[in-house]
Amino acid sequence: MHIVDGALSTPVLIGGGIAAVGGLALGLRALSLEKIPAAGVLSATFFVAALIHVPIGPSSVHLIMNGLAGLVLGWAAFPALFVGLLLQAVFFGFGGITVLGVNTVNIALPAVLVGLLLRRGARGADRRVAALSGLLAGALAILLTALMVALVLWLSGNEFIPAAKLVVLAHLPVAVIEGLICAAAVILINRVKPELFSALVPPAPQVALR
Amino acid sequence: MGHVLDATATPTPPDAMGAGPGPVRALDPRTRILAAGAFALVTVAIDSLLVLLIPLAMAGVALLAARLPMRQTLKRMVAVDGFILFLVVLLPFSVPGEAAFYLFGWPASWAGIAQAGAIALKANAIVLMLLALVGSMEPTALGHALVRLRVPALLVHLLLFTVRYIAVVDGEYHRQRRAMTMRAFRPGTNWHSLRSLGYLIGMLLVRALERSERILQAMKCRGFTGRLPLLSDMRFRRRDALFAALLLAMLTGLLALDRLHVGAH
Repeated sequence: MHIVDGALSTPVLIGGGIAAVGGLALGLRALSLEKIPAAGVLSATFFVAALIHVPIGPSSVHLIMNGLAGLVLGWAAFPALFVGLLLQAVFFGFGGITVLGVNTVNIALPAVLVGLLLRRGARGADRRVAALSGLLAGALAILLTALMVALVLWLSGNEFIPAAKLVVLAHLPVAVIEGLICAAAVILINRVKPELFSALVPPAPQVALR
Repeated sequence: MGHVLDATATPTPPDAMGAGPGPVRALDPRTRILAAGAFALVTVAIDSLLVLLIPLAMAGVALLAARLPMRQTLKRMVAVDGFILFLVVLLPFSVPGEAAFYLFGWPASWAGIAQAGAIALKANAIVLMLLALVGSMEPTALGHALVRLRVPALLVHLLLFTVRYIAVVDGEYHRQRRAMTMRAFRPGTNWHSLRSLGYLIGMLLVRALERSERILQAMKCRGFTGRLPLLSDMRFRRRDALFAALLLAMLTGLLALDRLHVGAH
C-alpha cells in the first residue's frame, strides 16, 4: 500500500525519512560491488513480482512479496525495495516524494525483520520447516507492513483512526495469500537452488571476496 | 512505465541523455529532480484549499510542457487516487465538525471534506509534477543525475541494474505465464493457483540469480572496476538558472499567499 503525499504529518514524514536513510546505510553496507549484479537482478524480479495480480473472489490484489525479499536479500532488501518504490513513484506515479521514506520503511523494515527471524528455517534441510518458514515470512511481513501503515496514519492524526483500522483489516486476506505464495516459492527455491538464500547473506561470517 | 518495462526501446546515446523535444526535456536532469523535490515540499506545506489549486495548475502546465502522452499519464493518476478515494470516503465521517450532510445517520463534517480535498489536491499535484519533470527522463539519466547529486554510487548502481533488468525479467515472466496459459492455467482463489504463482516467482528468482552470475562474469571479463563511467556531460545552462529562479519565486509566492489566506480566517 502506497501512502500518498499530503496525508501524513510533518514529524512522521521526517521520522520516516531519517529511519529510511539509516536503513539504506545499513543495507548498502551489506552490499559490495561484487554483489550488485545479483542484488540488481533480484530487485528487478521483486519489482516484476509486485505487478502480478492475484484474484480474490471478484476483485484482485497485487503482490508485495516483501517477506520473500527479506528472506533472499537480508538487509539489502532495504535499498532494493527503496529502488522499486522510487521507480514506481517516478515512472508510475504510485506513492509520492515526501512519503518515500515512510513508504520504504513500512515495506522494507518488516522484510528485514522477517529475514532475520526465518531465513535459517527457509534454507534448512527440513522441507516442512522451510515451507512453514516461508508461510510465516510472507504473512508476517504483510501484517507488519499493514500495522506500520496504520501506525503512521494514527500518529498523523486521530481522524485517520478509521482508515488505519480498515488498512489492517483489508490486509488480512492479502497476508494469507502472500503467505501461501511465499511458502510455495520457498519450497521451490529450497529444492532447486537453496544457495539463493545465501547469495547476498552469507550463512556464516567469512572472508569477503576480493 | 512505458520506458521502464519496454525492452524494445532503444537506449539513448549517452550524449543525448536528458535532451529531447519540449521545454522540460531541455533542462538539466538535476534541475528537474531538485525542482520536483522543492515543489513537493512547498505543496505539502500549504494549508489553504484555494491556494492548493495553483500547484495543481502548475503541475498541469509542466505536464503539457513535458509532452508526455496525456491519456497514459492521467490513467496513472487514477492509481494514486485509489488510496485517496479511501481517505476521502472515510475522512468526512471521522473529522469532528459542523455536519454537511448525513449518510445513514452518520454526520459528514465540512472540516473532514476540506481535509480530504486538500490531500487529494496535494497528492495529485505532486505526482503530476513528478511524472512531468522526472518521469519524462530516461531512467539512466535519472541514475547519472542522482550520482552527481551526491547519492551513494552503490545505490545508483543498484538502481541502474534494476532498471536494466526489469524489462528482461518482465519478458521472462510473460513467457512463463504464456506457457502456463497454454496448459490451461486460469488464476483463481485456490491453493493450486497460489502454489503455481509461488513456483513461478521462485523460478524467476532462481533464474535471476543465475543470470546475475553470468552478468558478473561478463563484467569482470571486461575489466569492471566499480567506477560508474559518467559519459554524459550534464551542464547547468542559462535556462536552468532561469527556470530555477522562476520556480523559486512562484513557490515563495505560494507560501506567502497561503499564510495570507490562512491569516484572513
